[in-house]
Amino acid sequence: MMRKRFYNAIFASGIGFILTCMMVGISLNTEGTTLKVEGASAAQWTWIGIGISLVFLSQLFAGQVDAFLGAVPKPQLSKLLPEEGKRAMLKPWLLAALLVVMLVWPFMVSRGSVDLATLTLIYIMLGLGLNIVVGLAGLLDLGFVAFYAVGAYTYALLSQYFGMSFWACLPLSAGLAALFGFLLGFPVLRLRGDYLAIVTLGFGEIIRILLNNWTSVTGGPSGISGIAKPSLFGLEFTRRAKEEGATTFHEFFGIDYSSSYKVIFLYLIAVILVCFVIYVINRLMRMPIGRAWEALREDEIACRSLGLNRTMIKLSAFTIGASTAGFAGAFFSARQGFISPESFIFIESAIILAIVVLGGMGSQVGVILAAIVMTILPELAREFSEYRMLLFGLLMVVMMRWRPEGLVPMKRPHLELKT
Amino acid sequence: MLRIDNVNTHYGPIQALHDVSVEVKQGEIVTLIGANGAGKTTLMMTICGDPQATSGTITFDGEQISGIPTNKIMQKGLAIVPEGRRVFGGMTVEENLSMGGYFRDKAEAAETIEHVLELFPRLRERYSQRAGTMSGGEQQMLAIGRAMMSKPRMILLDEPSLGLAPIIIQQIFDIIQKLRDEGVTIFLVEQNANQALRIADRGYVLEHGHVVLEGSGADLLVNEDVQKAYLGG
Repeated sequence: MMRKRFYNAIFASGIGFILTCMMVGISLNTEGTTLKVEGASAAQWTWIGIGISLVFLSQLFAGQVDAFLGAVPKPQLSKLLPEEGKRAMLKPWLLAALLVVMLVWPFMVSRGSVDLATLTLIYIMLGLGLNIVVGLAGLLDLGFVAFYAVGAYTYALLSQYFGMSFWACLPLSAGLAALFGFLLGFPVLRLRGDYLAIVTLGFGEIIRILLNNWTSVTGGPSGISGIAKPSLFGLEFTRRAKEEGATTFHEFFGIDYSSSYKVIFLYLIAVILVCFVIYVINRLMRMPIGRAWEALREDEIACRSLGLNRTMIKLSAFTIGASTAGFAGAFFSARQGFISPESFIFIESAIILAIVVLGGMGSQVGVILAAIVMTILPELAREFSEYRMLLFGLLMVVMMRWRPEGLVPMKRPHLELKT
Repeated sequence: MLRIDNVNTHYGPIQALHDVSVEVKQGEIVTLIGANGAGKTTLMMTICGDPQATSGTITFDGEQISGIPTNKIMQKGLAIVPEGRRVFGGMTVEENLSMGGYFRDKAEAAETIEHVLELFPRLRERYSQRAGTMSGGEQQMLAIGRAMMSKPRMILLDEPSLGLAPIIIQQIFDIIQKLRDEGVTIFLVEQNANQALRIADRGYVLEHGHVVLEGSGADLLVNEDVQKAYLGG
């Protein structure tokens, strides 16, 4: 037993050593026109040494470490919350308070934090959309970003070529993304698990490559810029009205111009969109179709034996998930004012998927929390931005060991069927 | 009520059923017995349309159901309790039952739930428990209850005694008889030939995809070949 562990420890530290030597131990520097390979400094070597011996020791004493970690009490969230009856009573008040805070909060903080909050809200929308597909219906979709891209480009193109407004394009973007979801779903949904994942991964790349190469329409890698910002009943948030005769927001209300109005306005739109998405998805989950998604995830054969049409059920999950992404996409391009295929790479899909898994598959509250964590943490840890993916990986490993069911595991809405 | 006429079924190039003809009349319990791999489950699945029969016809209540998709067949007043129970493990008893009544309106479904709970008092005790945490017998009761939720005129049962203790098997068979008394026609596929033939009005013996024997339950029970092959006599 001890011997096996010793070999294990040697092996693990050996691999760790090779990997760190390649990543940290050697650095390439350009000096003028030549490329110079440099070794690590003495201090770095000490750190590498410490790291490797840590790996060695932790592997050698894995049993003891596990026992120790097992003894650490896990946080019991359920005990922190008031009991069921009280919670049901408090819930509407808490929700109302939360909404008020969300509406008032942007007027009191810096522009940067409002902007970050808006980004978080976009990820919440995306997470909620993918949650239907992966969390509820159990279809692993690795190309979710494709629908996000479709939504974003729909608005960008319609606005650029036809001068259509954000509000008119919002449902169109969602609709077009849904159509893409539907079209992709038809041939793909007879596939299962790994195969489905690969095909959706491919689809995500196809959309990105298409946007990259269809230069005449999408502008290719240089993207589309100058996308119109949303307006408030025709009031623009610019310093001067773009068109002759149009009024701007600050002129209309007779206040001084400030660029932060626009940021706050975008944030408020995002809040409304997120509330809308949460409401719709909540309703869907309570409807029989929501139950059918879960039943399909649990047992496909049993579902078919009850006369459910699996293709339609899967397709509906896929389409509704896609339309949510389209929604988020349209808003994203309006907020950004500039989009390019660079914004829709695979890593985005991975982050959205991570949000769903981290939050707890199928749980809306969990997904929202995870989206907040996943967007705010990288901002807080700005100085570690080089190690972002490393921290990301570490977070995943820790989560899967500590709380594999996610931050807030799903609790199904209870449907009463009593006489 | 259910008429299977010269049905052949293939899995790719392999033929699983050869010219099988079976008839189930209204209000009967008909059992199909046979060894492992005889094609019992294949026949069940063929009735449900997956796989589709390569030739021959299946009619239910005078309407041809061979050649139409599974989900349409299952909405015609036919229900199946699939082999191995296949309850939704993560869902509660209540949710499992309401999935069974997916295509019915809420009030009607609630009525049937009440009926199912009367038939299976154990399910009432476990009403908000997850199905996956229940015993095999309780899961089988739930699977039957779920099939009853669509108010079918006929129920197909695929090996309901699989992996259950003798006393539970007895309970399940009692329930099957009760269902028949309520007017539901039963088509029962079983390996447990002894018990199945005891409650059956008629029976068929399937061997290598052929129907080799048919007769009343009592006749088959005393038939020498059946006794030798399935009853250990």
